[in-house]
Amino acid sequence: MFIHPEEIMETIHMISSRNLDIRTVTMGINLRDCAHPDIETFNDNVYEKMTRCANKLGDVADEVEQMYGIPIINKRISVTPIATIAETFTQEEIVSIAKTLDRAANEIGVDFIGGFTALVHKGMTAGDRRLINAIPEALAVTEKVCSSVNVATTKAGINMNAVKLMGKVIKETADLTRDREGIGCAKLVVFANAPEDNPFMAGAFHGVGEADCVINVGVSGPGVVNSAIRDLDNPDLGEIAECIKKTAFKITRMGEMTGREVSRRLEADFGVVDLSLAPTPEIGDSVAAILEAMGLESCGTHGTTAALALLNDAVKKGGAMASSSVGGLSGAFIPVSEDAGMIEAVKRGSLKLDKLEAMTSVCSVGLDMIAVPGDTSSSTISAIMADEMAIGMINRKTTAVRIIPAPGKKTGDMVEYGGLLGSCPVMPVHNFSSEDFVKKAGRIPAPIQALTN
Amino acid sequence: MTSTRFVITVIGIDKVGMVAHITNVLAQFEVNIVDISQTIMEDLFTMIMLTETKKKGFDIDAFQNAINAAGDELGVEIQVQKDDVFRFMHRI
Repeated sequence: MFIHPEEIMETIHMISSRNLDIRTVTMGINLRDCAHPDIETFNDNVYEKMTRCANKLGDVADEVEQMYGIPIINKRISVTPIATIAETFTQEEIVSIAKTLDRAANEIGVDFIGGFTALVHKGMTAGDRRLINAIPEALAVTEKVCSSVNVATTKAGINMNAVKLMGKVIKETADLTRDREGIGCAKLVVFANAPEDNPFMAGAFHGVGEADCVINVGVSGPGVVNSAIRDLDNPDLGEIAECIKKTAFKITRMGEMTGREVSRRLEADFGVVDLSLAPTPEIGDSVAAILEAMGLESCGTHGTTAALALLNDAVKKGGAMASSSVGGLSGAFIPVSEDAGMIEAVKRGSLKLDKLEAMTSVCSVGLDMIAVPGDTSSSTISAIMADEMAIGMINRKTTAVRIIPAPGKKTGDMVEYGGLLGSCPVMPVHNFSSEDFVKKAGRIPAPIQALTN
Repeated sequence: MTSTRFVITVIGIDKVGMVAHITNVLAQFEVNIVDISQTIMEDLFTMIMLTETKKKGFDIDAFQNAINAAGDELGVEIQVQKDDVFRFMHRI
């Protein structure tokens, strides 16, 4: 037989007992051709284009899932950053666009839609400001809309005016969704160096350099990597890296194959495979568990950053070999609430905000799905963001902050969101003020790393 | 004429007549067996078949349903997957 039975069984085991799946098939849809000065027509155009492009997305994903026997967990949509096509509208009209996106997402049957987005890394237009001001209401009155704001790049520096504003927006978003533990903030990401083809939520949007309709795929598989490492007999770290690399290769091949087949059937362009290790709240399907499999007693203790650096690099090396269309965020995710191992580590007291920040300098994304006390000031949230943006800016990488000042909660309380968003303990922040620093606003100039020409 | 190949895996407790039962379903759908192997893995009987159909517009839905029904009757787990999935994962 041209495929060895053991290889066949390995694949089947990965899927059936180690949570290997395609985390998301995300269709990126260009909405620039929907622009119109009249808001009613604009919204009609958006609704029509989205439902036309994506009406078969769910069925096709189901067919491919059945044909290959690989679960496709989420079907999602990303659209052109709304701020770029809604410059002339009032704040209220911009909220109506969010409602239209939500309505279209419900009609199509996707679980999230990303792209309620503004790109303000160097400066803000009046339209950008209106969209950002509309975010709290937009996220409160919709269910599936996700929002992101890019406030920094290596080329432009950090727009501290936007960072300051986003601190307030995050507080207000939490407040408007206080009946649901501030869930609005779980759908809002602040970025440095945001990728234009990321299929993962809440930060997905369809970049301006993209084609009209593109399929991007996000693979998963921390559970597979975790058990592969645990199966090794007393390995050294080089052997662990090799094992992760091979496993990442196999996982990424699945993503590549699925993405190509889905896009072929939908007659859309195939964009990228995002080879991120995205954890789920399932036991074992955890990035923290992988780090602990390398010999750490509890994630967050000394050595965690080194272990994560090894993991992240090996994932990329294996993935890059497996696909020539690697993009998006591509690395290990460390969302606290979505990773059972991270939650445990926070509860045990081994994982703190400062350590998480250090970890984000060597892995994909940043401070993700972190709950902090409800009375955390907007300037402290802005300062947390500024730190994270600085890591992204200097290291020429994507970083992000998805932080929830959980209304009415204090350190140690739990917040529950359910589903993939999971639950998390409220983590303490520093009590010393950053108010005067944040108030200075302005722009942190582009670093010397920007001068590459 | 193009062909579609499926890998069928059967995992469970061995029984008399199991192969006959499953191959009967294959015959009904005009699915040919290209290769077949049986082994014990982790204490479970495992049968792997590489199969092929040349039928145009092959109804994979109905085929999978029939195979699953056979699996239920025999008390074993059967999966039907296009062979690409294994080639892609394990071969460069």
